[in-house]
Amino acid sequence: MARLTIDRAQKRFGTYTALDEVSLAVEDGEFVAVLGASGCGKTTLLRQIAGFDKLDGGSITIGDRLVSSDTQHVPPEHRKIGIVFQSYALWPHMSVAENVAYGLTVAGVRDPERARRVAAALDLVGLSGFADRRPGLLSGGQRQRVALARCLVTEPSLVLLDEPLANLDVHLRASMEEEFSRFHERTGTTMVYITHDQAEAMALADRIAVMDRGRLLQLATPSMLYREPANATVAGFIGDGMVLPATVLSGPDAGRCKVRVLGVEAVVRCRPDQTAGDNAKICLRARDIGIAAANGTGIAAHVERLSYQGGFFRMEARPVANPNMLLHLDVPEPTPAEPGGTITLAISDGWVIPAETVADLAA
Amino acid sequence: MSFADASTTRTRIEETGLLWSLVILVALLSLLPIGRLVVEGLAPGGQLSTSSLAKVFASPATWTATVNSLVTAIAGTLLAVLIGGVVALVTSLTDIRARNAFTFCFVLPLMIAPQVTALAWLQLFGPSSTLLKLIGMAPGLGSRNPLYSREGIILLLGLQYAPLVFLTLRAGLRALPKELIEAGLAAGASPLTVLRTVVLPLMTPPLVAGIALCFVSCLGNFGIPAFLGIPGNFVVLPTLVYQRLAGLGPGVLSEVAILSLLIGVIAMAGILLQDFMLRRRDFRITTTSSAARPFELGRWRKPVEIALWTFAVLVLALPFLGLLTTSLIPAFGVPLNARTATFGNYAYVLFEHAASKRAFLNSFLMSATAAIVIVLICIPLAYFIVWKKSRLLRLLNVAAELPYAMPGVVLAIAAILLFLKPLPLLGWSLYNTVWIILFAYLARFLVLGLRPIVSGYLQLDRTLEEAAQIAGAGLPRRLVTIIFPLVAPAAVAGALLIFLTAFNELTVSALLWSSGAETLGVVVFSFEQGGDSTYASALAAVTVLVTVGLMLSTLTFAHKLPQGVLPWRD
Repeated sequence: MARLTIDRAQKRFGTYTALDEVSLAVEDGEFVAVLGASGCGKTTLLRQIAGFDKLDGGSITIGDRLVSSDTQHVPPEHRKIGIVFQSYALWPHMSVAENVAYGLTVAGVRDPERARRVAAALDLVGLSGFADRRPGLLSGGQRQRVALARCLVTEPSLVLLDEPLANLDVHLRASMEEEFSRFHERTGTTMVYITHDQAEAMALADRIAVMDRGRLLQLATPSMLYREPANATVAGFIGDGMVLPATVLSGPDAGRCKVRVLGVEAVVRCRPDQTAGDNAKICLRARDIGIAAANGTGIAAHVERLSYQGGFFRMEARPVANPNMLLHLDVPEPTPAEPGGTITLAISDGWVIPAETVADLAA
Repeated sequence: MSFADASTTRTRIEETGLLWSLVILVALLSLLPIGRLVVEGLAPGGQLSTSSLAKVFASPATWTATVNSLVTAIAGTLLAVLIGGVVALVTSLTDIRARNAFTFCFVLPLMIAPQVTALAWLQLFGPSSTLLKLIGMAPGLGSRNPLYSREGIILLLGLQYAPLVFLTLRAGLRALPKELIEAGLAAGASPLTVLRTVVLPLMTPPLVAGIALCFVSCLGNFGIPAFLGIPGNFVVLPTLVYQRLAGLGPGVLSEVAILSLLIGVIAMAGILLQDFMLRRRDFRITTTSSAARPFELGRWRKPVEIALWTFAVLVLALPFLGLLTTSLIPAFGVPLNARTATFGNYAYVLFEHAASKRAFLNSFLMSATAAIVIVLICIPLAYFIVWKKSRLLRLLNVAAELPYAMPGVVLAIAAILLFLKPLPLLGWSLYNTVWIILFAYLARFLVLGLRPIVSGYLQLDRTLEEAAQIAGAGLPRRLVTIIFPLVAPAAVAGALLIFLTAFNELTVSALLWSSGAETLGVVVFSFEQGGDSTYASALAAVTVLVTVGLMLSTLTFAHKLPQGVLPWRD
C-alpha cells in the first residue's frame, strides 16, 4: 500500500497535449476512479503511472519513490504495481495457475510457498477448480477474475485497473463491481480505476477524478461531484446536469443563496464564499425541476418530447422566453402534458457553479 | 539519471546492450558485404583505379551478357506476369473449387530450386528424354534439346517466377475492399466491366511490385541459365561471373566485383522503380480483411477448372515425371522399362558418392543453422522494430532487405571479397570453408525470417507483454517466456521458409563452395555438367521430396499463422 502522488504531469504526442499539468494525490489505501470520455487522457495517465511511457514534465511518486519525471524513469518491471487490463491480457500459452504464478516466479518465490499463494489467490476469486484450465476456455467474467488474481498475488502496493468491466455484459458487471469493492475492503490496496462509466465510478470509488482534454477538472467524492460540481463541464458530464446562466441576488445564508434564473427567482445551494453578481452559472439536475403548483408562478415552457422510463416520463421542454435552452425533468405517470403543450415549471434546488472556474472555462 | 536505482540501471543496460548487439549484427550481415563490394568497384585491390573498370567495359562479353540478361529477365517477367496475373485473378475472384490444393501446386515451382526445375524440363525434351522414349516420341539422335536456348531460359524463368506475381497480386486482391466491387455491380456493370474498370486499376501497386520482384529474381537467377545457357554458350551476367571466377580464380576478383555491381545496379533500378511507384512494402504479408464475394462462373466453372489443372499438370507434374524417369534408368539414353528400372542412382547419391553424401549433411546443417540463428536474431529484432519503434532499426530493416533484394551472385562476390584474406586479429580464414556459405545464408535469408516474425508481432496484443512487464519480468525473460511462445508459429514458418530456400539454393554456393564444403545444389550442378544426368536427377528428386514433405508438414499448424505468411497456403 502506498500513496500515489502525481505532480503537474505533462505528456505530449507531437503537438497534441495528452496530459496538461495533471496533479493528483491518492491516499494510502484509497480507491480513486479516473473518469472521462474517450480521448480525455485517462489511459495516457494510467500508462504514465505504470511507466509504459515517459513523462515530458512533472513527476510521479509511488510511496516515497520517485518513479517518473523528465529526468528519471523507473521501468514498469521495477515499479511493483499491479494492472488489470481491459483485454485481461492473459497469456494463452499458460494455464490459469501458471498465469497467476508468473509474477511470483519472476520475484524468485519457489514452491511450496508459490503454490500456496497461487491457490490462495485463486480461492479468493472463486476459481479454485480452474487452476489447470487454459484461459481460452474461460468465460469473460472468469478471465477477469484470473486477471485480478494474477495482479494481486504479488501483493502490489498499487493496483491500476484499466476499464476492467468494459468487455463484460451488463449482468456480469454488477457482480464484478461487487467483487472489486470486496477486494478493496479486504486487501486495503491503493487502487486507481480508469473508466468512462460514471455509474461504475460512483458505485466503487472513494473519490473520483474527472478528466477532460488532458486536464484534471475535479477530484472529489462521488456525492460532492454530483452535488457540487466545480465547473460547467463537470456539471454537464456528471448526472446529465443542465448548466444555465443566472444572476446571484444575495450572498450565502446557511449554504444557500437567492438567484434569478430563466426569469424566476430560486433558492439554490452555493459555496460559503459565493458573492452576488451577474454572469453566474447554475447547475440543475432533472430532480431539481418540477411542475409548478396550479396557481403558482414559474417558467412557462413548451413540451418537446416525452420518453417513457417505466413508472415515470423523462420530459424535455423549452422555456418560452429562452427557446434555445432545453430542460429535462422527470414527471410521474400519467403525464401532465403532451408534446406540443405548454407547462409551468418550478426550480426546487440547484448549485451555483463557483465563479473562478466559469471564467476559466470561458477562456 | 543520478537517482536511478541499481535494478533500473541493470534493465537499461540489458535493453541497450541487446539493441546495440542487434544493430551491429544486422550491419555486419547486410551493410558490410555490400559496402565492401562497392569499395572494390571504386578501388580495386585497395587503390583508386579505373583500369579494371575500363577492362570490364571494353570486353564485348560484358555487353553480350548484359543484353542477354536484360532480354531474358524482361521477357521472363512478361511471361510470369501473364501467367501469374491470370491465375491470381481467376483463383481470387471466382468461385472455382479446391483453391487450396491448386494454390499449393501453383506455388510449388517457386519453392523448388531453379536448377532442379531446369534439370526436370531438360529431361522432358531432347533426344535422350526418357519420358518421350517411353511413349515413342523422342526426337532423333543428334537433334538439339530445344531448351538449350534463349527461349528455353525465358520459358523456365517465366514458369519459375509466375508464382511471385501470383502471390503479390493475390495479396492485393485480398486487401481490396469488397464494397468497391459490390458498388460497381450495384451500379449495373457486368463482372468483366468491374474487373476492367475497378479491380485492375486498383491492382496497379501490387502488380508493379510483383513485376519488380520478378524482374530482380529473373535477373539474379543462376540455376536456369547455368543449366540451359552454358551448354548452348548463351551467357548472362550471373553465369559470366561464375565462368570468370571458375576459370581464373580469385585473381580476377576486381573484374567480377564490377560485373556483380553491374547486376546490382540493374536490380537496384528495378527496385527503385518499384519504390517510386509504390509506398508500401511487404506485399506478401498484408491485411486479413475479408475477401470479396467470388464471381460465379456458372457453366464456365468446369472448363476453367479443367484449364487450370491442366496447366498445373503441364508445368508441374510432367517435368517431374521426366526427372523421375531419368532417375530410374541405369545410364543416360537407356529406355525405361520394367527390366531396366533401378534405384541404383538413388543408392549411389545417398550412400556411395562421397561429395553427394557430404552435400546432404552440409546443406542440411547449414540450412538448419541459418534458419535457427536467423529466427533467434529476428525475434528480438522484430520486437524493437515493431514495438519499440526504434528509428535506427527501421533503417536496418531496410538494410536487412538489401542482401535478399540483390541477386545472389552479388552477395557471393561480396562475401569472397570480405573473407578472402584471413580475419583480422583472429588470423584464420573463412574462405574455402562452409562458414563463408553459412555467412552468406545468414545475410541473404535474414529478411525471409524477419517478415513473418514482424507480421506475427503485429497480430499480437501488446498488453500480453506489458502484463509480464508489470509482473516484474525484464526484457530477456519476457522474450523467452512470453513473446517467444506467442510468435512461435510465425517463427517456425519463417524458419521453414529459410530452410527450404537455403536447402535448394545454388546461386550463392556455386561461387563459394570448395571441396568438402559442397551443397546439394552444387553437386546436382556438377553431376549435370559432368554428363551424369541420372545421378543429378536422382539427387534432385530427393530434394523435391524433402521440400514438398516439409511444405505439407506446415499445413498442420497453418491455421495458427497470420494469413500470407506461408506463400503456398491460400
